Amino acid sequence: MKRTARCGIIAAMLLAASAHAQSPAADEAVLPPAVLAHASGEQIFQHICQGCHMPDARGATGAGTYPALAKDANLESAAFAAATVLSGRRDMPAFGPRTDLQGFEAMLHVDLDDAQIAAVVNYIRSHFGNHYADTLSAADVAALHPPTPHKP
Amino acid sequence: MSDLSARFSPSRREVLRGIGLVAGGAAMYRAMTALGVTRGSKYTGPVDLSGAPRGASVLVLGAGLAGMTAAYELRNAGYRVQVLEYNARPGGRNWTLRGGDTYTELGGERQHCEFDKGLYLNPGPWRIPYHHENLLHYCRELGVALEPFVQVNYNAYLHSPAAFGGKPQRYRSYKADYQGMVAEQLAKVVGQGALDKEFDKQDREMLLESLREWGYLDGQLRYTRNDGTSDTRGYDKDPGGGLSGKPVWSQPLSAKDVLNSQLWHALPIGDVYEFQTTLFQPVGGMGRIGEAFGRELGDLIRYNAKVTRIVQDEHGVSAHYEDAAHPGVTRQVRADWCLCTIPLSILGQIPMNVGSAMADAISAVSYAASVKIGLQFKRRFWEEDERIYGGITYTDLPIFTIGYPSTDFFSRGKGVLLGAYTWGASAFQFTAMSPAERVREAVRQGSQIHPQYANEFENGIAVAWHRVPFAMGCFGEWSDELRAKHYDNLCQIDGRIALAGEHASYLPAWQEGAITSALDAIGRLHQRAVAGAKS
Repeated sequence: MKRTARCGIIAAMLLAASAHAQSPAADEAVLPPAVLAHASGEQIFQHICQGCHMPDARGATGAGTYPALAKDANLESAAFAAATVLSGRRDMPAFGPRTDLQGFEAMLHVDLDDAQIAAVVNYIRSHFGNHYADTLSAADVAALHPPTPHKP
Repeated sequence: MSDLSARFSPSRREVLRGIGLVAGGAAMYRAMTALGVTRGSKYTGPVDLSGAPRGASVLVLGAGLAGMTAAYELRNAGYRVQVLEYNARPGGRNWTLRGGDTYTELGGERQHCEFDKGLYLNPGPWRIPYHHENLLHYCRELGVALEPFVQVNYNAYLHSPAAFGGKPQRYRSYKADYQGMVAEQLAKVVGQGALDKEFDKQDREMLLESLREWGYLDGQLRYTRNDGTSDTRGYDKDPGGGLSGKPVWSQPLSAKDVLNSQLWHALPIGDVYEFQTTLFQPVGGMGRIGEAFGRELGDLIRYNAKVTRIVQDEHGVSAHYEDAAHPGVTRQVRADWCLCTIPLSILGQIPMNVGSAMADAISAVSYAASVKIGLQFKRRFWEEDERIYGGITYTDLPIFTIGYPSTDFFSRGKGVLLGAYTWGASAFQFTAMSPAERVREAVRQGSQIHPQYANEFENGIAVAWHRVPFAMGCFGEWSDELRAKHYDNLCQIDGRIALAGEHASYLPAWQEGAITSALDAIGRLHQRAVAGAKS
């Protein structure tokens, strides 16, 4: 696909670049890819989720709304929360691993693995006024993956 | 081999130089036109909306470039037009932040732009390719003055903390060295007979000649330190006049360093169609276009109107809205037809009775993260110290980009750099910071490239697109798979409602995508309106 190819030039620069080992310290403001790939549930919330859902998880409203995750009854179902992180919902991007994206599209995407998705869901469900006792495992998240689309 | 190369004379670069000196550009252009190399623009003006039914009305939702293009053309064609806009200003993502402006992001953080008079940040689009003809058409029509936008600057940098000890490399030098390295190695394998099957002797001679010119190789087809390579990659001491004028040649980087630095990733960016010379920017900031449209449409636009519901029936479309600043009281407007340009990130949350095909398409598209940060400095050190006039430095630091202003060159006053323009994982993380942290981080990272930051930085402003209240994301993030499944359904008229915006185009994030999608949609709405009036 032409568009993908040309955007890929830029993407490749930016991606490859970040693949360089630039003193990957876990306390950096922007976690390098190698650190982000092993980030904890708390780190994932603070470096990604709170961009929209806000540091206190109360969400925000402008022309539309980012839902609050604080005291969120929808979090009763850990599977619902994990499926949302995995596959996205409306304007919320999917954070599940994608191997089909190329170039610029691949660059825009952030991959969280099953253990990380479980960790961030567990973190949110036990913070911000949420007190759900049950937890999710990587295997639970694995079971939520949509069937892999057949790629010729 | 050497007797082959001895016949390679003079290089095309030298020939072009000669033409430029003797005949000038016009002669070259005429020659190229005669050869069919260039061709005039095919743009034929805006959409044909002749014969609008008497009294027909269209409700336009959103006063970004898509909505205002539609409103402008529909009004001119005789439709009664009303526009609802969430913001207190026209333009949408066509937007410029200037000194004195305030901006409140989602979550409530308010930033005051403290830039000096005349300095600005374009948080959204900042460059216009020469072939975005519809956008350029409206700039001409609305009297928006344009000036060149410098994309490629041979004296800007390519940078990685992991390459060359973190020392930024001039684009000029690295590009020459990369080409020289590739040309020398390829010439070597040609000489060793590796391409004897693919090319006959004459072809191989032609290939070697082209490699010598393209890669600045010497008579022995080597890329070395000499006058030719220095006249491309730059001198250690530039040539001048008199007794002190003798130049000092520069030493090329080693081939292995050129390769392993991976800075070659950034070399072709300026070759991308949208980034090819010539690009333009409005004088005074990209927002001048939206402001001009806004003036033209005047009170057709109702500002501070937050759309909360869209209802169609067989006769028309109603939009419910409330005052964005003082919610509570709901009002309604109604028209025969509706062109909705609200970003899908927001439209997906607004109740609207369309069929499942369009509804599914609206819900399918997520929005990309992007962050831009403007930094004001006490002086234009990039010009004064480093001779960088416009253009872009690319780095693999999370800021990705340092953009130098393409205007006010040599001015004595302060200057504003684009201190970060970032995407993907980096943009998500910048978004998750407070505005002050974003600015601090951009200064910290950028000072690795420009140590002057430490003394010269004054203030900054940061826009993270997922925190922008009227957009909630940068642009609609289509994949090939999503496009195949949903794009046509998004663009088809549903009853009396059509959608437009960059999200309804094959030019995601580009203003030309927004404008062409609006022209396409109102053309189809017009046909329906005419057909309906006749039936």
